[in-house]
Amino acid sequence: MTDSATMKRTPLNAAHRALGARMVEFGGWEMPVQYKGIIEEHKAVRERVGIFDTCHMGEFVVQGAGALPLLQYSTSNDVAKLAEGQAQYSFMTNEQGGVEDDCLVYRFPDHHYVVVNAAPLEADFQRLSHLADARGIGDVALRNLSDETGKLDVQGPLAAALVQKFTDTDLSGLQYYYATQGPVAGVPCRISRTGYTGEDGFELFFPIAEVERVWNLFVAAGAEPCGLGCRDTLRLESSLPLSGSDVSPDPARNPVSAGFGRFVRFDKDSDFCGKAALQAFKDNANAPKLINFEVIGRGVARVHYPIVNSGGTVVGEVTSGTYAPSLDKNVGMGWVTPDLAAVGTDLAVTVRNQPIAIRVIKRPMYKRSR
Amino acid sequence: MNNPQDRKYTKDHEWVRMDGAVAVMGLADYAQSQLGDMVFVGDLPAVGAQLKQGDGAGALESVKAAADFYAPISGEVLEVNALLLDDPGVLNRDPYGEGWILKIKPANAEAEQANLMDAAAYDAYEKAQG
Repeated sequence: MTDSATMKRTPLNAAHRALGARMVEFGGWEMPVQYKGIIEEHKAVRERVGIFDTCHMGEFVVQGAGALPLLQYSTSNDVAKLAEGQAQYSFMTNEQGGVEDDCLVYRFPDHHYVVVNAAPLEADFQRLSHLADARGIGDVALRNLSDETGKLDVQGPLAAALVQKFTDTDLSGLQYYYATQGPVAGVPCRISRTGYTGEDGFELFFPIAEVERVWNLFVAAGAEPCGLGCRDTLRLESSLPLSGSDVSPDPARNPVSAGFGRFVRFDKDSDFCGKAALQAFKDNANAPKLINFEVIGRGVARVHYPIVNSGGTVVGEVTSGTYAPSLDKNVGMGWVTPDLAAVGTDLAVTVRNQPIAIRVIKRPMYKRSR
Repeated sequence: MNNPQDRKYTKDHEWVRMDGAVAVMGLADYAQSQLGDMVFVGDLPAVGAQLKQGDGAGALESVKAAADFYAPISGEVLEVNALLLDDPGVLNRDPYGEGWILKIKPANAEAEQANLMDAAAYDAYEKAQG
């Protein structure tokens, strides 16, 4: 078990503790799971504005004539479709179609920018490097800027008003899933109108030496410190997958079978890693599917709990599950045989050896009103 | 923290106090704090059920975790806190008062409580949890 001394820490570790955060290990990092409480923080993001320490995530710069071919091969979405400043959600799939990581890929004027998750960060970078060699892609410069990049997520209906206080860049002109570069609180920043909460908001990337100062400014201006606990409830309500659980390196948990096929572009003008395997999953009527569900009975469905049919036979497994504060019900995601994946299907989850009724519902489970 | 002195505590962070001939039991503040926002209390024993010390006597679910409540002492269940079914958050807000979980007619109160921690011992135990 990783103890506090061997976990990595972001520059905000002391700030989190000073705010009374409960700290946990996450992907090799010591991170805050909550401050005032998961439900309160979740509501702050849905109703006002919350701020997340996401310094543990990874950022790569990819440059050169070989950047586009490399990214086209190593990710599932169509990188060539990106307009300048645009971002796309994508999957780094392996040869069998499983997900090594999910990511955002950006096109900036003179480089591409890739944002990845903390736990697979080093493996993702090695993989890109290896694929460039294996595919004979020359003229590509790969830089891992994770250690020098600080990242804060500012999310919620009041996020734009809050961030605007600290920048001259006109945020009203910045569309969702676009990014720009400009000073925020006096530091050079990539301002990305993206996030993992289902609300309007920003992911801010800037020199890590400035993280504590910028965090303090935003908190003082009214951003509610938010931890990993509400990060999970927010994204799950919004039907966003957790890479490593809802989709994973296991090819059975591939993005096409999970219902994220719009991010897997079979029609792009490049082969990509896992394409043939993913096409086979697309064509396979018997491949298990990812469902979103609400719990009808009394109980919380959690990761690894079995999903059973009306006969009590195990037909799948929960891969995400929790109480959803904005829906005031327990919800989850899980994998089931395709005959049971239709919206409205009644199933059950085994909780403490008892079947608790669940029902398949459509996604997103929560949709913001504006 | 200074846990109330009028009751005894278990290693699993349950408490029990005598209210006349009735034993009231619940979850200690440390445990509710560790679990976080409570969203569901279930699997509570029926009135009349006979509990032995250490028996599972409830399922406590928070947003992030599930935990079991174990009977601190033996006895017959007299009452279950109905408030917990509608408002599980009362366990977080008032674990020593309105958030009580069960009331029982104890089988052997004095002998069984002798093995439990008093407030001072439990304060130290709680502190040692880190």
